[in-house]
Amino acid sequence: MPKDHGIGARSKRREDTRFLTGKGVYTDDMAMQGQVYAVMVRSTVAHGKIVSIDTSAAEAMPGVLAVFTGEDFAEVGGNPAGWLIHSRNGEPMREPKRPVLAHGKVRHVGDAYAAVIAETYAQAKDGAEALAAGTVIEELPAVIDMAAAVANADNRVHDEIPDNLCFDWGWIEDNREAVDQAMKSAEHVTTLELVNNRLVPNAMEPRASIGEYNPGTGDYKLTTTSQNPHMTRLLVCAFVLGIPENKLTVVAPDVGGGFGSKIYHYGEEALVLAAAKKLGRPVRWTAERSESFLSDAHGRDHVTKIEIGCTKEGEMLALRATTMANVGAYLSNFATVTPTYLHGTVMAGPYKTPHVYVNLKTVFTNTAPVDAYRGAGRPEATYSIERAIDKMARELGLDPVEVRRKNLLTPDMFPYTTPVGLVYDTGNYQATLEKSLDLADYAGFEARVAQSAANGKLRGIGLSTWVEACGLAPSHLVGQLGSRVGLYDAATVRVNATGTLSVMTGAHSHGQGHETVFAQIVADKLGISEDQVEIVHGDTSKIPFGMGSYGSRSLAVAGNAMNNAVDKIIAKGKKIAAHMLEAAEGDITFENGSFSVAGTDKAKSFGEIAFSAYVPHNYPLEELEPGLEETAFYDPNNFTYPAGAYLCEVEVDPDTGVVEIMNFTCADDFGNVMNPMVVEGQVHGGVVQGIGQAMIEQTTYDQSGQLLSGSYMEYAMPRADDVPMITVDHSCATPCTHNPLGVKGCGEAGAIGSPPAVVNAVIDALQRGGYTHVTHVDMPVTPSRVWAAMNG
Amino acid sequence: MTQVTMTVNGKAVSGDVEGRTLLSEFLREGLRLTGTHVGCDTSQCGACVVHVNGTAIKSCTALAADLEGAEVVTIEGMANPDGSLSTIQQAFQDHHGLQCGFCTPGMVMSAAALLKENPKPTEHEIREYLEGNICRCTGYHNIVKAIMAASGQDVSAIAAE
Ligand code: FES
Ligand code: FES
Repeated sequence: MPKDHGIGARSKRREDTRFLTGKGVYTDDMAMQGQVYAVMVRSTVAHGKIVSIDTSAAEAMPGVLAVFTGEDFAEVGGNPAGWLIHSRNGEPMREPKRPVLAHGKVRHVGDAYAAVIAETYAQAKDGAEALAAGTVIEELPAVIDMAAAVANADNRVHDEIPDNLCFDWGWIEDNREAVDQAMKSAEHVTTLELVNNRLVPNAMEPRASIGEYNPGTGDYKLTTTSQNPHMTRLLVCAFVLGIPENKLTVVAPDVGGGFGSKIYHYGEEALVLAAAKKLGRPVRWTAERSESFLSDAHGRDHVTKIEIGCTKEGEMLALRATTMANVGAYLSNFATVTPTYLHGTVMAGPYKTPHVYVNLKTVFTNTAPVDAYRGAGRPEATYSIERAIDKMARELGLDPVEVRRKNLLTPDMFPYTTPVGLVYDTGNYQATLEKSLDLADYAGFEARVAQSAANGKLRGIGLSTWVEACGLAPSHLVGQLGSRVGLYDAATVRVNATGTLSVMTGAHSHGQGHETVFAQIVADKLGISEDQVEIVHGDTSKIPFGMGSYGSRSLAVAGNAMNNAVDKIIAKGKKIAAHMLEAAEGDITFENGSFSVAGTDKAKSFGEIAFSAYVPHNYPLEELEPGLEETAFYDPNNFTYPAGAYLCEVEVDPDTGVVEIMNFTCADDFGNVMNPMVVEGQVHGGVVQGIGQAMIEQTTYDQSGQLLSGSYMEYAMPRADDVPMITVDHSCATPCTHNPLGVKGCGEAGAIGSPPAVVNAVIDALQRGGYTHVTHVDMPVTPSRVWAAMNG
Repeated sequence: MTQVTMTVNGKAVSGDVEGRTLLSEFLREGLRLTGTHVGCDTSQCGACVVHVNGTAIKSCTALAADLEGAEVVTIEGMANPDGSLSTIQQAFQDHHGLQCGFCTPGMVMSAAALLKENPKPTEHEIREYLEGNICRCTGYHNIVKAIMAASGQDVSAIAAE
């Protein structure tokens, strides 16, 4: 019988009621007394020198209250990168200042160099237009192509960085020689050059921020579309504006999706705060979708050469990846960790390959900043490995499934130390592989090929077996690697006198269902009803601390902090119960919401204990404080390692190159699952984002740096009729060995595992159809690319 | 500024609007009905879908001033009279047809219009009909399933139930 409540139940989401009735409150839904509107003035050229800004015309426009330019923020700090990376030669990365508003130079189309504040939105827009008209920007040649950027020392995104190189990183540098040797002596080497296409995250809610200032107390408040309000507070206070941290509250209310793009602090947040102080009125800003395309952090954008050295039988001996990663015009907060420690460290994949080396150059260009987007580094790694293995299998005349069976780590090898610095705690990669083959009816595939052929279509199947590292992560480790913050999380469990609970969590929910799932965990552990538990998130004034939600870390880190805080509640409850029941503390057991004396029928309910803690008439006051509230900070001692096997089956129309996905199957290992319904939803969404990357999504800048895919007319988003139903399974679970809940995280899996499965399927279809010269097609595999490859 | 009067969710409302005021702006800012969302500026995303005189439209494509006397229904008017969730809304909750909730009002309004036209749509028909509504979270799987369930079809055979 499936459970109907608590851990493992398919509890329906409580947050849905407000979202389904139009009662959700997103940032732009809020109206503030006396509010005024900010509109950003953005560069229309990719690279230019700001010669002069005449603000007088804008200031004279009706309703305009204030104008800000880069000059106004020249004296304040900059928005830093969260990780300091060192190059192979030991030099620290080049880290240009990222100002609130561009100053001196504009560096990408959409780079904001001024802001106009007015009584109404329309007046602010008109003012912004007038300000743009009064601005002289001398256009400079744009740096767009990465190879050209590092080759051309005269053309600089940042004047102080001669070759546009942020860093040249090796992982692990000590492996380099061994990999070179193994490649030289290998019987076969497979080489593949590929592009991991640049994407725009496109959360459906555009970014928005409201700044408020109380002149009486000096308190600021920022309401903003953020995945991690505490980090935003820290960045605004300690790095950008120099506000004491106790004087700024950051609230992230209902947030309409993030996928990475809302992890970071953006200049608009600092701007609305500074403007609110200057004007003494709430200042609001909401992005138009065109602004989101220009100014949200983009994702991916790697160019990679991957090589695998192997035996003729397909045993992998060495893997080498050489990558250029675009970071855009400025370093966004996670821009330096995403292509390095979230990418290079997982280049061993789920395989036994003994020697692995990654070299990565990150390059500044005159494009929007590039940062973590769902999966962040791990989709890029997985795509490279899984495409290359498939190519290797074909070159050797081996079955891609057999090649994986031969190279996958086996269950007896865990814990397994990879050649690129991680320790996989547990897994059973054979189980998920066989499960996916079974669910996808792999045995019946040949018959389906024949059926498709009868209809004039080419059918192919593509496999991807992957592992990722998430649940970020042990602070001592990330500190050694260059992280400038810790990566624990926190929870406070407040039991109210009447037995209801308020649980404050540092994780932020923007679609993941925390309000429901976290309540399931707490209620299950305390043996009470889920309805008694309220989950509070997204407000720095209510929550002890938190590092937010990204990297599939909410449950794996914040969830375990909550688990530990509940354990402290139970421990204190036992002390209270021992006193009330006149027994030794060691004799008290807690089960199903009841504290009892072992071996007797003497018991107190959880509610009675809570009441006694707040009305301590019969209470051990000399030994124990009244009240029932506990906080836990949890710092995991390892990453978590979700893994899985994905199978995609496609039909290609040989006349047009159109690819259709016939079915998609996922067998995942997420460890213990708290709410299967929510987990399945996460996988569906992730897979469709991965299918979007593989088939239709593409961010394109022209050579002058104009964004050609700047709206939903040119940037293809997956729509309902582009994708099939997705088969998902998470029954092959190996619980995480180092966190109390045994959970691994599921948010990014779908986007990590799916792109190579799609492309492998397309190549398989073409090869089976006789197009044996086609060994690779870059994403997105649009009809024109597929057709050109077939007929090329 | 012109005055416009219309019926929204069964109530007569009126307000002063500029010639350029969109219905979506009038609903959100004029009437504070913020359940209707704005997800784009090119009429592509469908987050703003409402019903005008019984037909689903993108409210960012209509000028409020043109809608004198119109009957408008928004997501705020979709629950049952006693406040409980309507069949479609309930199906979205039962089948996890929403995550962040931002596309959801538009999805529900489109789904309601579809089921009025086509009470038992196939999976294919639902997908085609939702072509103008973008969801970045759900991958559509559970939205399609919810709409099939709301139309009284058995969805127990659909993967991952
Ligand atoms: S806001 Fe109307 S279609 Fe996007
Ligand atoms: S639920 Fe988030 S966009 Fe659809």
